[in-house]
Amino acid sequence: MTTTKTESLSTVPAAPTGTGSRGTRVLGAVALLFLVIAVAYGLLISPPDAQLGNTIRIIYMHVPTVMAAYLAFLITAVSSGMYLWKRTEFWDLLGSSAAEIGVLFFAVTIVDGALWGKVTWGVFWRWEPRLTTSAVLLIMYIGYLAVRAIPADPKTRATRCAIIGLVAVVNIPIVHKAVDWWRGLHQGKTVLGTIDPEMGGTQLFAMYSALVAGILVCVWLLIHRFRAGFLAERASDLGLDQALEERRLESSPAQGADS
Amino acid sequence: MTQTRGVFGDALLIARKDLLLERRAKIGLGQVIPFAILVLLLFAFALDPDRGVLKQATPGLFWVTVLFSSVLTLQRSFGLEAEDGILEALRLSGLSPAGIYLGKVTALTIELLLLEAVLVLGVAVLYDTEFLGIPLLLAIAVTATLGISAAGAVYGALAARLRSRETLLPLLLLPLLAPVLIAATRGCEVSLQREAMSGWPWAALLGIFALVYLTLGSFLFRPLLEDA
Repeated sequence: MTTTKTESLSTVPAAPTGTGSRGTRVLGAVALLFLVIAVAYGLLISPPDAQLGNTIRIIYMHVPTVMAAYLAFLITAVSSGMYLWKRTEFWDLLGSSAAEIGVLFFAVTIVDGALWGKVTWGVFWRWEPRLTTSAVLLIMYIGYLAVRAIPADPKTRATRCAIIGLVAVVNIPIVHKAVDWWRGLHQGKTVLGTIDPEMGGTQLFAMYSALVAGILVCVWLLIHRFRAGFLAERASDLGLDQALEERRLESSPAQGADS
Repeated sequence: MTQTRGVFGDALLIARKDLLLERRAKIGLGQVIPFAILVLLLFAFALDPDRGVLKQATPGLFWVTVLFSSVLTLQRSFGLEAEDGILEALRLSGLSPAGIYLGKVTALTIELLLLEAVLVLGVAVLYDTEFLGIPLLLAIAVTATLGISAAGAVYGALAARLRSRETLLPLLLLPLLAPVLIAATRGCEVSLQREAMSGWPWAALLGIFALVYLTLGSFLFRPLLEDA
């Protein structure tokens, strides 16, 4: 992901040839450090929970992934609003990059939530409010990515995506409320509801280091995805220019005489 | 002209146009309503009607049928505009985008409410439903339908110009309408007295959903018509 050189890109002197920079390398190293600490404390050093036993270790991963996903969707929403206001490529790329990262983290959240369910309830899926909400929101943002993937003029595509980004984000609190009330009557253990507020010592440390690691990984991925998106746009511009140049050469008299 | 008529005048104009087209073409009457009744029959085939499952699940089945039918109605409503470049003509007409949006929502809401009225007869006859708590049922029907139309009109207009609109619209719209399905179903269950708790909070949630999307849609329809 860090250095993807292509011939077409290297012909442009000012264009960056990779998505890595000193800043992202430092960020990546710090994220990796926190990941190592989180793994060490979460899996090895911290003791099993009094109530949850070893399943608490899944929560160390679940909380950061869900937080990172919501952070990403928040960035998508802000970027969508900013795009409709400023109409610049920056906000469009930031919004779509964040949506992709958000979908990734949400998918991980659902998988680790389901795994927690298997060991706690004996089944992968119960209509637990948080998991249900995540599933609905995941599909909603998959729709965003589906529209993003449709080839279109960049401005048209950006406007479509910005509209979906805004329409989707205001639904998040409504889905939360609806699902909470819906399952409120049958409420049992929930993934996040079981966390002991007085969790202490190494457990708390594992949780916080995992949270920091999750956010840092999210930001690191986002920066790289943004830069990859930027390069992809430049590459497609370049591709179009080259195609135009080739057509011009084809139709020039000298070329016509050769063939 | 626009100034004298205002946003609501524009909305009435568009709503009248859509309803007139619908009355003449009779796509809703001729295709969407039979489809909705067919779905009610299919649910009965899928869920053994003699064991009471059908009766117990009536509110949910009713609203799932409404959601599926609303996708068809939306595709029809915006397909009409997209086919002959009418969306561009609407942009040039000088009508305010918010007015066009509210007009579309009004026409859609009326069409869907008519469909629901037929479906109510359908579930009364086919599923043997007794209707209790009529005021709550009416409030839920109106707020839920307004919410479906308000959110649906934004995505309907967005998807109309895409080649993959038939598959894309349900993918975009149905997860967005998940809270409407939950709230309308639970509210109706309460109303039919299957649950002890009051159903008015559900109607309030549906009202909030409708209001949020009406506001957002009114703002988003300008960029939607101009750039998307």
